[in-house]
Amino acid sequence: MTLFWTVRTITHVASVLTFGLVVGVIGQAKAFTAYVSNEKSNTVSVIDTDKMETVKTIKVGQRPRGIELTKDDKYCLVAVGDDDTIQMIDTKSGEVIANLPSGPDPELFVLSPNGKVLYVANENDNTVTIIDMEKRVRIGEVQVGVEPEGMGISPDGKILVNTSETTNMAHFIDTDARKIIANVLVDSRPRFAAFKSDGSELWVSSEVGGTVSIIDPVKHQVTKKINFAIPGLRSESIQPVGINITKDGKTGFVALGPANRIAVIDGVTHDVKKYLLVGQRVWHMAFTPDEKYLLTTNGLSNDVSVIDVASLKVIKSIQVGELPWGVTITKQ
Amino acid sequence: MNEIKGDLAGSTALIRFEVLALVSLLGLDLAAHAQDAIDIKIGYLRRAQHQETISLVQMPPPDNGLAGAQMATTDNNTTGRFLNQRYSLVDLHLKAGDDPATAVAELASQGISLIVADLPADDLLKAAEAGKADHILFFNAAATDDRLRQKDCRANVIHTAPSRAMLADGLAQYLVWKKWVRWFLVVGSHERDKLFAAALTRAANRFGAKIVEQREFKDTGGARRTDSGVVQIQQQIPVFTQQAPSYDVLVAADESEVFANNLPYRTWDPRPVAGSAGLVPTSWDASNSLWGGIQMQDRFIAQNKRLMTALDMQAWTAVRMIGEAASRQNSADPKKILDFLKGPELALGAFKGQKLTLRDWDLQLRQPILLTDGRTIVSVSPQPGFLHQFSELDTLGYDRPETQCKLQ
Repeated sequence: MTLFWTVRTITHVASVLTFGLVVGVIGQAKAFTAYVSNEKSNTVSVIDTDKMETVKTIKVGQRPRGIELTKDDKYCLVAVGDDDTIQMIDTKSGEVIANLPSGPDPELFVLSPNGKVLYVANENDNTVTIIDMEKRVRIGEVQVGVEPEGMGISPDGKILVNTSETTNMAHFIDTDARKIIANVLVDSRPRFAAFKSDGSELWVSSEVGGTVSIIDPVKHQVTKKINFAIPGLRSESIQPVGINITKDGKTGFVALGPANRIAVIDGVTHDVKKYLLVGQRVWHMAFTPDEKYLLTTNGLSNDVSVIDVASLKVIKSIQVGELPWGVTITKQ
Repeated sequence: MNEIKGDLAGSTALIRFEVLALVSLLGLDLAAHAQDAIDIKIGYLRRAQHQETISLVQMPPPDNGLAGAQMATTDNNTTGRFLNQRYSLVDLHLKAGDDPATAVAELASQGISLIVADLPADDLLKAAEAGKADHILFFNAAATDDRLRQKDCRANVIHTAPSRAMLADGLAQYLVWKKWVRWFLVVGSHERDKLFAAALTRAANRFGAKIVEQREFKDTGGARRTDSGVVQIQQQIPVFTQQAPSYDVLVAADESEVFANNLPYRTWDPRPVAGSAGLVPTSWDASNSLWGGIQMQDRFIAQNKRLMTALDMQAWTAVRMIGEAASRQNSADPKKILDFLKGPELALGAFKGQKLTLRDWDLQLRQPILLTDGRTIVSVSPQPGFLHQFSELDTLGYDRPETQCKLQ
């Protein structure tokens, strides 16, 4: 533990120094707004990515977790599981203006690429709920495996992938027919699913299994599994959750939970290139739209780490609320 | 697999081995879809053990354990729906005087080769012996006896129940972390109370606690709960606990539920109580919502209209282990299932914050131990700082170098 903190402190000192340089060089970096859900505080922290600090805190419902902006950035959607709804925050006023009929205990959700349909995983009743975003009404559901969690959608919007944590599968759902067309067995407790931007690969993280499965979305087959090994850490503490892949598909980032690290993956060879030390129990991440920075939510240290994507360095920690869970960043 | 992780050369070999294992596993995964339907029948063998408890709210429900196995069967079938596997559970309830060997033969005649057992140690050993010829694999979901993992271990018995040593070690680590190292140990007069006391004594020695005094609480018979009995208890417990040497915590070994739950708030000295009452080590508690546990609790309450007990969890885990192995191996063959469960590929998710695996030396499931006061989870062991060269979970219970088990 002492060693860990020492390393972290050094990283922090280094990051402050680096940050000074980066700001000096970049200076004019475009400001985006990041929204972070704080599971314990029942708030959403608003971060100015230029100032790299929390500029506002919005009160939301009970136990906010999954968080995503609408395609036009007008609303920030946040799943408040213990209130059985998804709240819509008006990003201009910073106020909750509506509750969506998400079904019970929503956790993660995904918007269709055109922004018109919202797909929500309902962990408690083995269901994916489908919501029409214009009318804000529930228009259907699909039965999936036990404890649905991760939600990924293909770039063309035709295939929705849901992962079920106790069934240990990625379910491929045809969004037109709203039917499961394939199931792929992955390692234990799959938490997150992400497509490459060209739709050529689907990455699924298995939190308990400790792996990321690379799946061919056409053949519905696991083509490769990424394993992680960090010197000095027990394999039990390496628990992959969030996945973010750069638009060019060349680099993937995987949040390793209580290993307190982000794995940097070569998007082509799928080799682990590097481990970046961030805060404690890191679960989810978001890129700034220019992909200069990657923000990570560190649940147990109540902060967000900022990774400089080009140099693959952690350059800053930003204090947020208690148990930060998810993060989303505006496109403009 | 874990034993070679220490050295660098070993690790390289290990990684290679894992890659090979993975490739073969993938092959099986893909094959799974094209297979014919598989029926997986699981036996649930139990003997009624009526347990009176001091607390009315802790009385074990009639389907204690069975309900967990049933929920895991439902969970397995949800997965099975996608893999063309069908799971069913056959409940066999032994009455007083029934021979477990006959029951095993009865289950075997129904084509069952996987049995979850809620049996006392001796019954379990009889059942395991009877099932040997038919290659039946047993899952001990209930018996905490350390001897079943030591000299009485069996090659066809997997333990999902934690042993007394694991429970005692989990508690001891927390008390030592808390620096409550002077223990006043009060032990019941029944055999199982003494076994738990022995595990607590071993734990104290391992982790640096000191038993400043050990006292026996004799069961003189009588009802656990009586109308207005509280008036007497309030008089008796302070008297019983007085004149102890200076201590930090009273640790009670009372599996028979004779006195421990009467101790808190009534001791002569104002001290916390742990062990069989107060802060209790367990595999599961209805208050646990950590690591997705809330979904487990919600699902269980929806299906059973009651709270989930530790025995329910241990039975759920056993049936889920079968489901996990059968879905990965696409087979219900007990040998294939045992091989998978013992091997490096098992990474069972059971709402404990990390993967659970089997100790290959005694077939005990590695698992964290929850410490609960019955209303919240106070802590989870292993505690920070209790290190181990292979797995911190192996700081709980009998580790490989200490084992007396020869699997056969």
